[in-house]
Amino acid sequence: MTVVLLTKATRVATLLSGRKRAKWPSSSFLRRLLRNRSATFGGAVLIAAALAAVFAGAIFDADPLDMVGRPYTWPFTDRLHPLGTDMLGRDILVGLVYAARVSLAIGFAAAALSTILGVSLGVLAGYFGGWTDGLISRLTEVFQTMPPLILAVVVVTVLSPSVGSIACGIGIASWPQIARIVRAETLRLRDSEFVQAAVSVGEGHLRIVAGHILPNALPQIVVTGSILVASAILTEAALAFLGLGDPNEISWGSMIGAGREAMRTAWYMTALPGLAITAVVLSLNLLADGLNDVLNPRAGNV
Amino acid sequence: MSKPPPVAGTSRALRYLGLRCLQAVPTVIAIAVLNFFFLRLAPGDLVDTMAGEAGAATPEYMAMLRQLYGLDQPVWTQFLHYLSRLAHLDLGYSFRNSTTVLDLILSRLPNTALLMLSSLAVALVGGVALGTIGARWRGRWPDALISAISTVGFATPLFWIGLMLIVLFSVHLRWLPAGGMTDVEAGRTGLPYLLDVARHLVLPVFSLAVFYVAIYARMTRSAVLEVRDLDFVRTARAKGLAPRKVMARHVLRNALLPIVTMTGLQFGTLLSGSVVIETVFAWPGMGRLAFDAVFQRDLNLLLGVLLFSSCLVVVSNLCTDLLYSVLDPRIEVR
Repeated sequence: MTVVLLTKATRVATLLSGRKRAKWPSSSFLRRLLRNRSATFGGAVLIAAALAAVFAGAIFDADPLDMVGRPYTWPFTDRLHPLGTDMLGRDILVGLVYAARVSLAIGFAAAALSTILGVSLGVLAGYFGGWTDGLISRLTEVFQTMPPLILAVVVVTVLSPSVGSIACGIGIASWPQIARIVRAETLRLRDSEFVQAAVSVGEGHLRIVAGHILPNALPQIVVTGSILVASAILTEAALAFLGLGDPNEISWGSMIGAGREAMRTAWYMTALPGLAITAVVLSLNLLADGLNDVLNPRAGNV
Repeated sequence: MSKPPPVAGTSRALRYLGLRCLQAVPTVIAIAVLNFFFLRLAPGDLVDTMAGEAGAATPEYMAMLRQLYGLDQPVWTQFLHYLSRLAHLDLGYSFRNSTTVLDLILSRLPNTALLMLSSLAVALVGGVALGTIGARWRGRWPDALISAISTVGFATPLFWIGLMLIVLFSVHLRWLPAGGMTDVEAGRTGLPYLLDVARHLVLPVFSLAVFYVAIYARMTRSAVLEVRDLDFVRTARAKGLAPRKVMARHVLRNALLPIVTMTGLQFGTLLSGSVVIETVFAWPGMGRLAFDAVFQRDLNLLLGVLLFSSCLVVVSNLCTDLLYSVLDPRIEVR
């Protein structure tokens, strides 16, 4: 009871003191995030992978598709090629680092696309309600009904495989999840007192959405977005493994697909890229967990 | 759900079923529209593909073919034709396989269903068991171990787990077959045949189930922790029920609700996972069919698989709703 009264009181206080600030405190946010062990670990691995991907050209001046050593060199047997070479004598470590570029780029681009689609449609549906909501909810349902990977396969096949079309296919297949979350958040926020206050002061729709609803929905969007990056990386790997990767680029999934042919004798060619995917996806999930703990402290952990 | 009138019985459930089927119709039509759009967006039409197959074709012959298949008609007419064909369950013809798309899909459907349902069963049993153990020993080593395993399982690509299992169990230990559904040469029938299929099923089912075991373990753990401190559970314990009975009848039954929801929502993802797993293990299912369609540039077949699998998702969502009202009688069907 007292808790309810207290929160009521603070809410009234924030209302009186002006507009409610979004819970996005910058310095204390970073400090709390750093104190969260899983977030720190995930973030560190991710930053390392991103740096390696960005500076791949500076670290290794070799082309990842060049034949540089004796084929079928096992990892940890040749100091020149620490992770060994594949069946064509290409260095696996160089390949892994260059592949990180494509896998991470597609992961982030696809997640950005589905976040933009999902947030705009979700906000529109939740904020305006009525027939807009009905139409968008129906559209969301349609896209949620199609199995995501099969939809992505169709889009990539129709547009022919390239980095852009793969990101597009994954983005189109995965926006419904974030749209539903943002719609629910918007519905909740639309009826809150500070939005009502903004309406009564006569603020326009755009200002209310951009100034009040989006900042307060941001924690949810950030957490869902980082999970989307993880699942986009997994989907990209599956597409590349199925042979729908960009033929001019090397990615972790295509390395697994190539290594599969020599799996019976040289399983390390398949194992290593898979470990790279697991490490990056795992760290993204841990980062999302940590962000969720810090940004949505009252939400349950599901 | 909204307040239902107090007439009980199967007639209402049937009416609900009919209503939900009607509601699904616009969704399926919308997906058909999208399919048609994709078909037109792809470079080259059916006749181009056929001419490419044949090696050479005169422009006159191609024009004749276009007329034959109605490809010279305006887009709207073509679209109406497409819809009316769908209404007759005609998903088109696969020239590559010289049979109708529907026949191809239906011949593969039982294999995919076997793979998916077995994986779902394994995932449910494994996930609920692990989640319950985790909740029972919360904060101690079994809990920590289970949550570490499920966090990793959640992040590992399904197909890669499949490949690693092949390396371990087929190549090195030689315990299980690496792919296919049966030993064709052995020509078994009856029980030995079923056992052979079961042996071939082990690795694909396990690879597909890992991800879902991870999800279910996490969900069960938090649901059990949430439910077990509620009043009705305390009452059950206070009236002297054995702890195992309280867990099975009172805690788990309620904890199952979110899991059923999740299963319904994840059905499309499970189908997607099965596409990749079927490719890894050469399992002759729908996913493998889609994979072959990509490489044969058989867009008709690929879109047929997309439409058909979407319909499967619609049906599974319907089943989820019905199952929901069985598990929790308070939730009544409308």
